Amino acid sequence: MIGIGPVYVLAGLMFGAMALMSARDPRNPRRWRNTAFWGLYAISFLFGDLLGDFGNGILVLAMVAVAAAGLGIGRPQTTTPDERKLLARKFGNAIFAPSLAIPLVTIFAAFVLRQIFIAGRPLIDPAQTTLIGLALASVTAVILCRVLLKQRIVAALDEGRRLMDLLGWAALLPQMLSALGAVFAVAGVGTAIGQIASQAIPGGSRAAAVVAYAFGMALFTAVMGNAFAAFPVLTIGIGLPLIVMKFHGDPIAMSAIGMLSGFCGTLTTPMAANFNLVPAALLGLKNRYGVIAVQIPTAILLLMVNMVLMYVVVFR
Amino acid sequence: MWSLSGVAVVVLGFAARVNPLLVVVAAALVSGIAGGLEPGAVIAAFGKAFNENRYVSLTWLVLPAIGALERAGLQERARELILKIRGASVASILCIYLLVRQVTVALGLPFGGQATMVRPLIAPMTEAAAEARVADLTDSQRDAIRAHVAAADNVGAFFGEDIFVAIGSVLLIKGFLAENGITADPLQLSLWAIPTAVAAWAIHAGHIALFARRLGRGR
Repeated sequence: MIGIGPVYVLAGLMFGAMALMSARDPRNPRRWRNTAFWGLYAISFLFGDLLGDFGNGILVLAMVAVAAAGLGIGRPQTTTPDERKLLARKFGNAIFAPSLAIPLVTIFAAFVLRQIFIAGRPLIDPAQTTLIGLALASVTAVILCRVLLKQRIVAALDEGRRLMDLLGWAALLPQMLSALGAVFAVAGVGTAIGQIASQAIPGGSRAAAVVAYAFGMALFTAVMGNAFAAFPVLTIGIGLPLIVMKFHGDPIAMSAIGMLSGFCGTLTTPMAANFNLVPAALLGLKNRYGVIAVQIPTAILLLMVNMVLMYVVVFR
Repeated sequence: MWSLSGVAVVVLGFAARVNPLLVVVAAALVSGIAGGLEPGAVIAAFGKAFNENRYVSLTWLVLPAIGALERAGLQERARELILKIRGASVASILCIYLLVRQVTVALGLPFGGQATMVRPLIAPMTEAAAEARVADLTDSQRDAIRAHVAAADNVGAFFGEDIFVAIGSVLLIKGFLAENGITADPLQLSLWAIPTAVAAWAIHAGHIALFARRLGRGR
């Protein structure tokens, strides 16, 4: 059975190659920092399971120290805008084939590879279908670029390095925030928030209960960066005791709309780095909170709609 | 209660625009120590969680392919293609992308994403459409357009995914309610996601239309 292991090895090799390419890039004045950063990332993917908990902790601290000192942006040998226009004419719509292959291969993994059994055992780990599919899709797209568009594999890795350098610290942040969530859980942050939520229970009216639950979901999602973490806390603290037990509301509609109220919070928070900060880096925005700024008005209006909707359907 | 001091560190650190990686490490240390752990134990707990969460970073596997496509002129081709479509405007591209993202995500299809669609395709298309109508876009207008594309991708994904019955959040709700003695059919949960999805499209499309109008009027 193919599990997540080979995918981590693939990622480790990719970051290792990027570290070597950084070391050989004289046009990046901070190339040794980039080499160290991507090199440490490669070590994490290749040998993370052998380092032990404390060893991994030290590895993270080293990566953070390098990133805080400031990474540079590598400048691979790439094509000029004019060359790209010519290439775009030459290749025509064939250029879209590799990018279409990415979702198609992911779907193929999810619906076909998942069903394949060899000697009674699944070919790929059913719990990891999405990630294995993503890895297969990425490899397929690089191969298609080689075959259809004559882009050498080394060039692809070097272009990947250009994008990774553009991300810089933002590349590590989503994983760091997930790890922070785990430390918060060990330290009892969720329990503390639950206590506050249940102490802040509003008085008698149904409307107040709905507002407290939906607003609480949005607020705690914004704080934790993740609606999945806020949902159990708020639903135990306010949703079930008040809306369901006291006012006999429908728990199913309440939960569905409650989760979506949490997503309104996700739109507003840097804690949801992969959605909000990573694209700002990837698109080269000057304001790291530029994407959040666009999303806030939509989030506020939609949260109000959710409150009205919840009030109407939960007590129907 | 003192463990919440880590949350305060996060809020203050992000507000002061300190390097977010430093903010996260500081928050973990403060929260862990306030929660009664030794500093060494906090580092170990963080290292363990970091190692277990490596899968979060696997999205970057797709970047070499995206980079190679950009090298071969993908963004330029996307721009040319959109300029051939009459009626393609900032507002129409963004509203249609928002809808397509919601519908595909609701069907469980992995279409879209910041690295795979937004940066290489939709952002250059939207910028090209803007350039065709507004002469000499400023850098801040260009940034605002790009931010809107990223936002359309997020809003579309968040308020479409819960319509898909097998998505993580629907299964999480089902599991949580089951633990509390309430049986929930995932299909019911996903049906209750539809009204919010419709409202999300309408609200965000309105937001897009206002932005496009401001853009069209110039600075």
